[in-house]
Amino acid sequence: MKAVVVIFPGSNRERDICAALSLVTSHEPTRVWHRDTALPESDLIVLPGGFAYGDYLRCGAMAAHSPVMREVRDQAAKGTPVLGICNGFQILTEAGMLPGALLPNRSLRFTCRDVHLRVENNQTIFTCGYEASQVLRVPVAHHDGNYTADPDTLERLEGRGLVAFRYCELGGGLTEAGNFNGAARAIAGIFNDSRTVLGLMPHLENAVDPLLGSTDGRAFFEGLVGALQ
Amino acid sequence: MRGGSNVTPALAAEHGLTAEEFDRAVAILGRTPNLTELGIFAAMWSEHCSYKSSKVWLKTLPTTGPRVICGPGENAGVIDIGDGDAVVFKIESHNHPSFIEPYQGAATGVGGILRDVFTMGARPIAILDSLRFGSPDHPRTRHLVSGVVSGIGGYGNCVGVPTVGGECEFHPAYDGNILVNAMCVGIARADRIFYSAAAGPGNPVIYVGAKTGRDGIHGATMASAEFSADAGEKRPTVQVGDPFTEKLLIEACLELMEGEAIVAIQDMGAAGLTSSAVEMASKGGLGIELDLDKVPLRETGMSAYEIMLSESQERMLMILRPGSEADARRIFAKWELDFAVIGRVTETGRLVLRMNGDIAADIPVEPLVTAAPVYQRPWRRRRPEPEIDPGSLPDRDLFECLQRLLASPTLASKCWIWEQYDHLVMGNTVRRPGGDAAVVRLSAGGKALALATDCTPRYCRADPVRGGAQAVAESWRNLTAVGAEPLALTDNMNFGNPERPEIMGEFVGAIEGMREACLALDYPVVSGNVSLYNETNGRAILPTPVIGGVGLVANVRSAVDLALKRDGDTLILIGETRGHLGCSLYLCELEGSETGPPPPVDLSTERRNGDFVRNMIRAGHVAACHDLSDGGLLVAVAEMAMAGGRGVVLDAPPPDLLRNAYLFGEDQARYIVETADPGTVLEAARAAGVAAYAIGAVGGVALTLTGAGAISVDALRAANEAWLPDYMAQI
Repeated sequence: MKAVVVIFPGSNRERDICAALSLVTSHEPTRVWHRDTALPESDLIVLPGGFAYGDYLRCGAMAAHSPVMREVRDQAAKGTPVLGICNGFQILTEAGMLPGALLPNRSLRFTCRDVHLRVENNQTIFTCGYEASQVLRVPVAHHDGNYTADPDTLERLEGRGLVAFRYCELGGGLTEAGNFNGAARAIAGIFNDSRTVLGLMPHLENAVDPLLGSTDGRAFFEGLVGALQ
Repeated sequence: MRGGSNVTPALAAEHGLTAEEFDRAVAILGRTPNLTELGIFAAMWSEHCSYKSSKVWLKTLPTTGPRVICGPGENAGVIDIGDGDAVVFKIESHNHPSFIEPYQGAATGVGGILRDVFTMGARPIAILDSLRFGSPDHPRTRHLVSGVVSGIGGYGNCVGVPTVGGECEFHPAYDGNILVNAMCVGIARADRIFYSAAAGPGNPVIYVGAKTGRDGIHGATMASAEFSADAGEKRPTVQVGDPFTEKLLIEACLELMEGEAIVAIQDMGAAGLTSSAVEMASKGGLGIELDLDKVPLRETGMSAYEIMLSESQERMLMILRPGSEADARRIFAKWELDFAVIGRVTETGRLVLRMNGDIAADIPVEPLVTAAPVYQRPWRRRRPEPEIDPGSLPDRDLFECLQRLLASPTLASKCWIWEQYDHLVMGNTVRRPGGDAAVVRLSAGGKALALATDCTPRYCRADPVRGGAQAVAESWRNLTAVGAEPLALTDNMNFGNPERPEIMGEFVGAIEGMREACLALDYPVVSGNVSLYNETNGRAILPTPVIGGVGLVANVRSAVDLALKRDGDTLILIGETRGHLGCSLYLCELEGSETGPPPPVDLSTERRNGDFVRNMIRAGHVAACHDLSDGGLLVAVAEMAMAGGRGVVLDAPPPDLLRNAYLFGEDQARYIVETADPGTVLEAARAAGVAAYAIGAVGGVALTLTGAGAISVDALRAANEAWLPDYMAQI
């Protein structure tokens, strides 16, 4: 599988996603600089975590207008899967490729810790490595991850099975405490209508090695790679 | 140069130069310096840049060893960790700025220490922060904690270097002077280290990074009409950080360092362009000529004085090989950073500054550096504290004592702080904050670094020699407790006004103790920073020599942490317990007393016990390990129980010691190990001449002391975790 990781000035989790993809595919992904206007042919485009353009103005706002994003949008329209993680998710919403927006966490603080996620739809290329309603323990590291959208959009996401993950308790229950950043309906990740674009806040790429605490992210990448081969 | 100078001894005094120092500057120049030159002398001869009060003592610290590639004197220390890899690291204070403006002060502290490390060719892989705040009851403390923590997070999170450890303590002695010490650790190829000595007369001098503004100019607050036409405008002396620019600067510099273009490189830290240019010229025994009209400026109308003394952040000075400018410029253009050829290396040995067709300054470099004042300040030892008799203390309920200690500001969980730091980015954090030492993986091959910062300031005040030795020993012990071999350290010497003999005595004593410990433990000092004059209204901080330690874990899979792993395992106490309560946290928190001498530090026992524990960890006999420090034995057991979510049944204390002295005494050189194979560990200890005692077993959901009762681990955790979030939630 050929993956392309887009690097913006200020991206900082590109190594983490490249390491996770390399672990599963044995192929190092191609890194593409944001000024490039042509993307190499690929099976997957990743927008990694970080602080593109320092997240000045608004998280992801400037990166969304970067030259490479036109190409990302075109490729996505042709069906190439796009995965946006954390800052990548913020960029996808700012670029209009996913609905809604990411507001500051309810605590108004940056939060780096392990959280529990519930798989809401495992019938997609991204989530097919998981059981339905499987509960994962994976890290988050963000200041602006509080997902919000207007009520119609939320209803549409729910109705069409476009919610990918929700924050939950250890046992999978949806509670106020489990929804650590206050996201609307505890949403941690969403798909586009064709379920070929996924944006999510948690760092599944930091949960692929038992040495680092969790391997619950590994099935995500194995499932994705399996689906794309 | 324009003739004449209106610089007077009074103006020199306002710049912090004594009359004798000013005379020396005049003698060096053979004339009265102009304002720009005065600013340069004052900056270079400031305590911060010249180490004039501390130098004679710092020289007594051991700085060499088989693994040391570069000791103190460069931007950071460098040690060899084998396989062609080197670790580059340093700690630095940003105390004063953080007290004035906590967010930017702490943020730029992180930015500065990152630059010290990547300047040498290393990719930063970890940040640690050692913080000390005033009393929680002081009206400013909450604001300072909040600002400092978000400043550190705001910078470190954005540049994408994990903040993996540190410490945070509270004491009224820091009410007027908080301490923010930031440590950065980077990794480089041992044969690709970059230094700052200028070379090659005629080589271009390059300025890269952010533009220069009027922020952080020394003495800007005392600006008068003599300094600037715009006298009414006083700029803040605290610099403003831009982590996004720093991130670009890291990537651009490291990309340029892959080639052969760089002859020398130096970041612009304290005293900005002045100290970077002077240090590069001085180390190379050469001169530098700068054209200040070419310096990228953020503001109009800046004078030579302001340009030379600005402490704008995220800037570097480089000397390139001739002909490599175009390639270098291309890399910096890609990263959208300023790149300007602003001068050249000369053979004159002089720092010559040109601006607007005039010579703005012309100073011989060598005397500016070597004739800098060095002081043998008078010092006085403190009278030793009388011993504390544990029998004279009230007999308190031990479980209540334990709960109060775990909920004390010193020991309370600092999770509220480190959750605001991205401690996972880069995907190599094997042991997260909260343990004895953080462990950061270096390679798939299994090598890792163990990192920790340590100091027990109340010990250092009671007995600076013992306290200095203890800080080094505890650092060494914390690295050992995860299974690492301690390699070298960086020190941040935070003290009060060195012109007071009792403060200078604290400094001298701490250095003496550190020296003894470094020698006994083969643990050299490779970099460091001195921060003096930490006092307000004649009230000094506690002497705080913070030790930042780096250890090597040969195989990361063998590293352990403090969390209890299995019911039925045995807990073994390594080291002798004498029940030393003098200067203990128990005394401080339960009796409200900070009296008594700190515990003795027996360095040969420290070494023997530590080497033994490390060998047991490497041999796979240890499931969990924790060093004993603040709060003693019972606190250590409780911390292991909380981390592992398991109970412990402890045997009754030995009859020859008072119960609370045994449980809460802070005798040194001790560890607790959890093992499934107590026979092997006890036998090996006997053979090694190490004191080792089976003291209990893992199991259940409570911490039980035979004959005294029990308390649930959940209750302990609640006490430990609640204090800081509750405190910060108050308005």
